[in-house]
Amino acid sequence: MTAITLYIFSLKMQAPNVNSHQKAAVAKEEGLDTAEGEEWMQGKTLVKPPDQLDLTEAELNEEITRVLKASNPNAPQNVVRYSFKEGCYKPIVFVDQMAIHFELEGNLVHKESDEGRRLMAKQAEVDDGGGVERPDNVAIKAAKREQKLTNQFNFNERASQTLNNTPRDISCQTEPPPRANFSATANQWEIYDFYVEELQRREKSKEKHEGQFLNKEEDKSKKKMIQAETQNDDISQLAKAVKIIERMVNQNIFDDVAQDFMYFEDASDEFRGEKGTLLPLWTFQYDKAKSLSVTALCWNHKYNDLFAVGLGSHEFTQQGGGMLLFYTLKNPSYPEFIFNTASGVMCLDIHEHLSYLVAVGLYDGCVAVYNLKKKTDQPIYNSRASSGKHTSAVMQVKWQKDDLDSNHNFISVSADGRLVSWTLVKHELVFTEIIKLPVIDTIPDDLKDVIPTVGTSLDFHKQKDYSFLVGTEHGKIHKGSKYYSSKFLEKYDAHFMNVTRVKWNPFHPDVFISCGWDWMVKIWDQTMKSPVFTFELKTSVTDVAWAPYSSTVFAAVTTDGKVHVFDLNINKYEALCQQKVVSKKTKLFNIEFNPVHPIIIVGDDRGHVTSLKLSPNLRKKPKEKKGQDLPKGPEVEIAKMEQLLSSMRYSDWAFTKHGSSSEAICLLTLICFF
Amino acid sequence: MAETVDGKKEDADYKRLQSFPLIRHTDMPEEMRVETMELCVTACEKFASNNESAAKMIKESMDKKFGSSWHVVIGEGFGFEVSHEVKNLLYMFFGGSLAVCVWKCS
Repeated sequence: MTAITLYIFSLKMQAPNVNSHQKAAVAKEEGLDTAEGEEWMQGKTLVKPPDQLDLTEAELNEEITRVLKASNPNAPQNVVRYSFKEGCYKPIVFVDQMAIHFELEGNLVHKESDEGRRLMAKQAEVDDGGGVERPDNVAIKAAKREQKLTNQFNFNERASQTLNNTPRDISCQTEPPPRANFSATANQWEIYDFYVEELQRREKSKEKHEGQFLNKEEDKSKKKMIQAETQNDDISQLAKAVKIIERMVNQNIFDDVAQDFMYFEDASDEFRGEKGTLLPLWTFQYDKAKSLSVTALCWNHKYNDLFAVGLGSHEFTQQGGGMLLFYTLKNPSYPEFIFNTASGVMCLDIHEHLSYLVAVGLYDGCVAVYNLKKKTDQPIYNSRASSGKHTSAVMQVKWQKDDLDSNHNFISVSADGRLVSWTLVKHELVFTEIIKLPVIDTIPDDLKDVIPTVGTSLDFHKQKDYSFLVGTEHGKIHKGSKYYSSKFLEKYDAHFMNVTRVKWNPFHPDVFISCGWDWMVKIWDQTMKSPVFTFELKTSVTDVAWAPYSSTVFAAVTTDGKVHVFDLNINKYEALCQQKVVSKKTKLFNIEFNPVHPIIIVGDDRGHVTSLKLSPNLRKKPKEKKGQDLPKGPEVEIAKMEQLLSSMRYSDWAFTKHGSSSEAICLLTLICFF
Repeated sequence: MAETVDGKKEDADYKRLQSFPLIRHTDMPEEMRVETMELCVTACEKFASNNESAAKMIKESMDKKFGSSWHVVIGEGFGFEVSHEVKNLLYMFFGGSLAVCVWKCS
């Protein structure tokens, strides 16, 4: 065997060439042999591996020189890098020659390092059995953290933060309960005194109690009543305030009308000569009274802004309910008092002195008396059930002076031809028949009792209140007296048709006016059979009224919606004013002068009441001589009227030939005047 | 002799007459007043010789029934000035010589 010198510097063997392989195999075997001792010296049989190369001995004896270098055979020898600086490829000289054959990471930790210390601590813990608590908590915690080894592969830690509401500070301080101080002394004498007092008090109260035991129950009931009333007081007090506010609001709304009413005087009257105008002021209407027409109007004497309106129907076929309304000029939008009646109101009258008593005559023949002071809706007296009530519509009611027993009474005339006096006795109406209207001659005798004479109008004399006038459907006016119950004093053939109104002159004792459906208005002197003045207005005259401020002024309303105002002192033949005050086809039924203010109210068939102001021309008073005082006013009026009458009489007399002495005296006075 | 006996009898009588519970001053509501008065009477009768125990009983019962911080003074001769919560004061006499003052103040 030839000796092979192997110089091994690196651990990795060079790529074995054939020979070395061969020899290595041999060496192995030899090694094996030698390793296992000289025991195997014997078995020196050469075993050839099947793939061993067969080489000749010469080849076997060849000496191959191997040179071992310190360079890494696997490291690249000709690494070239492009150099941008020189613009060509340059070979890198130094190439890493390190070749790692084997790597093993050790688990040795230096004693002094952190990890080492930790481990030592752990070791100590483990050794001690884990009972000793190390003061160095960080170390323990760190150790504990080390234990929590999380699964590196599947474990996924995820965290999120929810929205937290912002914290707020709220503080509250309650009020402490109220406190009070109290002081006293507790002595024996104080206690004794107090007891004695108490005993005395008790004795006294015992005496009182025996006397007043019965009154206790009454007191309790009274207390309940008072409580109930006090509850209502709040609302009723409010009602007063509300009413005032309502009036203020109305005043604001109708401010211009109110101003006109008070202050406006039509300046153009100067240029109009005698003529005057009527200025429309407020219109009063009530929506629940739409289907009714005004049948009666009356001013209140005490409260000059309050007037009563009676609503019903003039038509026979259209009878329904009725109403009694009270309006005040201060509140034109709503009535002050509202009363519903079972049937239509035909007439009404307010007592002269007791302005809360209102007598009402209804279409069904009843008369009722209302008391405005009472809050109820019902009349205080009603003749519904009583005997003696009218069998037909009541056409006119008039209050009279209190009778001898100081009971209030009024007289009514109705379509059944009777004049009845009603007296308010305690709780009922007592009737007294006064007179029955005479039946006209055209009716045959056997029917005289059946067919009555319809009385349509009634008026009592201002001064001699026993004397009265009644107008009838046939156009006659009867003058009568309360003292004569069997027959009438006088009969005037006034009109051809229904007499709608007859009225005494407020100043002159002998003069009265009448109007009727025959288009006429006639002024009479009660002593004369024929009228003094006659006026023809183009349509049926429904109402006429004297002015309260002058004996010669009167106004009439007709069915064509016109108001005619006359002043006989100024113009004896023509009206000073003929003005249409309502819309087309509305009939006017009533007219009344206000006793104080220069306004008139007219009622129409739609249930509306219109107020109108008289222009100055219509209100002219005769020129008074200097030094004449007011109380002489009525006399002046009378004188004025007398003048007129006498002038007419003179003209009459000229045509008729009367030869009585009284007439002669009249004529003489006339001659003196003219 | 008879007179002194009578005198004693009279004394005894008047004591008996004047031993009923009598409210000297209070601003409590009706119900509360009645209850408190009865409680005081009960306590005083129970602890006739010991004012302290009577007061303790009253105070604890009042605390339970009407809320905390009640004060009670029982005695025969004392003067006082107290601040009390409105409608929570009772000052009464009992037994002819005993005065009880009960008030609440936190």
